Amino acid sequence: MELSEHLFRREAGRLVASLTRIFGVHNLLLAEDVVQDAFCRALEVWKVRGVPDNPAAWLMAVAKHRALDVVRRERTARTFAPELARVLESEWSLASAIDEAFTSSVIRDEQLRMMFSCCHPRLPEDAQIALVLNTLCGFGASEISRAFLTSRAAMEKRIARGKKVLANAQRLFDLSDAEFGARLSAVQRALYLLFNEGYHSGSAERTVREELCDEAIRLTMLLLDAPLTAQPDTYALAALMFLHAARLPTRLDADGDLNPLLEQDRSRWDVTLIERGRTLLEQASSGDEATPYHLEAAIAAVHAGSPSIDSTNWNAIVQLYDRLLSLRPSPVVALNRAVAIAQRDGPDTGLLAIRAIPDADRLRDYPFYPAAIGELELRRGNLESAARAFSAAVGLARNSLERRFLERRLHLAQATAHPAPPGQARRSAPARGCGSG
Amino acid sequence: MSQFLYLYRMTAAARQEAMGTPERAQQSMQRWMKWMSDLEAKGHLKDRGQPLERTGKVVREQQAVTDGPYTEAKDLVGGYTIVEARDIDQAVELSYGCPILAGGGSVEVRPVMKMDF
Repeated sequence: MELSEHLFRREAGRLVASLTRIFGVHNLLLAEDVVQDAFCRALEVWKVRGVPDNPAAWLMAVAKHRALDVVRRERTARTFAPELARVLESEWSLASAIDEAFTSSVIRDEQLRMMFSCCHPRLPEDAQIALVLNTLCGFGASEISRAFLTSRAAMEKRIARGKKVLANAQRLFDLSDAEFGARLSAVQRALYLLFNEGYHSGSAERTVREELCDEAIRLTMLLLDAPLTAQPDTYALAALMFLHAARLPTRLDADGDLNPLLEQDRSRWDVTLIERGRTLLEQASSGDEATPYHLEAAIAAVHAGSPSIDSTNWNAIVQLYDRLLSLRPSPVVALNRAVAIAQRDGPDTGLLAIRAIPDADRLRDYPFYPAAIGELELRRGNLESAARAFSAAVGLARNSLERRFLERRLHLAQATAHPAPPGQARRSAPARGCGSG
Repeated sequence: MSQFLYLYRMTAAARQEAMGTPERAQQSMQRWMKWMSDLEAKGHLKDRGQPLERTGKVVREQQAVTDGPYTEAKDLVGGYTIVEARDIDQAVELSYGCPILAGGGSVEVRPVMKMDF
């Protein structure tokens, strides 16, 4: 029997959710110990006897058994989940209560409640994401710190602080709570940021990034699985993720360098994911509210449905950005809108739109701000200005992936300004890319 | 061919480290599976052996039974396997690939006594 990919990581999240249901969220560390113990047993037994036919069921059986032990041994000394206090007290109901905590519908609900609990308003967004990754996705502190470019120690501290906040909450977030709506927004936001981290981060290794995107999608689908959380904006969020994920295979070129949207080989976009994204976007349209997730998904859908840059409906994209800007004013959105205007009306108008961004000073440290100016200057043939802008962008690059990409653009502008003798030309992309796709 | 016993010894800390995160657990598991199946494919695996609990009793004269000093023991035997090899040198060489070594554990290689008198 082969070991399926990420078996332990996937099961860790499910088991912790069930065990926390029994022990209470204030005993989260105990739940994690039980899971760890089950994994140790698995390693010791499986390495000599081989992997069982149903490894997930095997792990669950061990975890149940341990949970039963723990409750029997400690129920006088410890308080467990307040909701289950009565049934855990009595030997009559104990075993069936534990069995119930491990049924698939309860596991799903407990994962939802855990997700909602992790997105506690007292926690900053980066801590919420770290907690989600740790408790629901089974990532360790060192793995998360690699994805977020922080030290393992700092990440351990962040997770520990978050768990303290959870423990003080005493019980898992109640999905019927009056604050449900606000908390759902926080959960959606955390999953959105998690996906973006996976999609845009140039820091982590490729496989780590893809896993972050996979996890964001998996948890969003979990939200869609439950009627309470399957709201139009959740569908829109899922649509957005699928439509972007469809382009993941082409975001990097064969050398592992950043490949801007305008240069991607569209025949390699994943049509199955695009189809699913479209269906989800249709399902998202049941209400009459268009949230930022709807608009971002709609923009992604226009790109996904265009066979080439030239046949893209840039007018539709500009209009969607207009609506997005009115809902959520942001200089980054304004910059993307300006780039779309440049595609529609030419680089001169695009540059005017960039200069008209009201709070452009907030883009001071954003490398794609000067990079966008550089692209448009390049198209206007102002090579000196283009080179200046790219050189500023290189100075702002946040990781090696961005740096290599921006250096390539800089060299292109310089090489076009001072053409090298034939045969020495640098490898470079055609001068039309804008943004990082 | 002679038979040799592999005793897998590991400290609690090393065990913890090998299992530190689910992803590491997965990697440990995969390395063990690969090593075992390599031994098997080359015909060295005589008996896959058994895992051992970390608790137990030690019995001495006059039925003096104590809980084993297992939790304090530096490296605990966590299981065993019996392999077949030409000689002890080969048995030792085969153990080099054992994943327990990378985690700070050790393999004790003991020849099974031959009864050919």
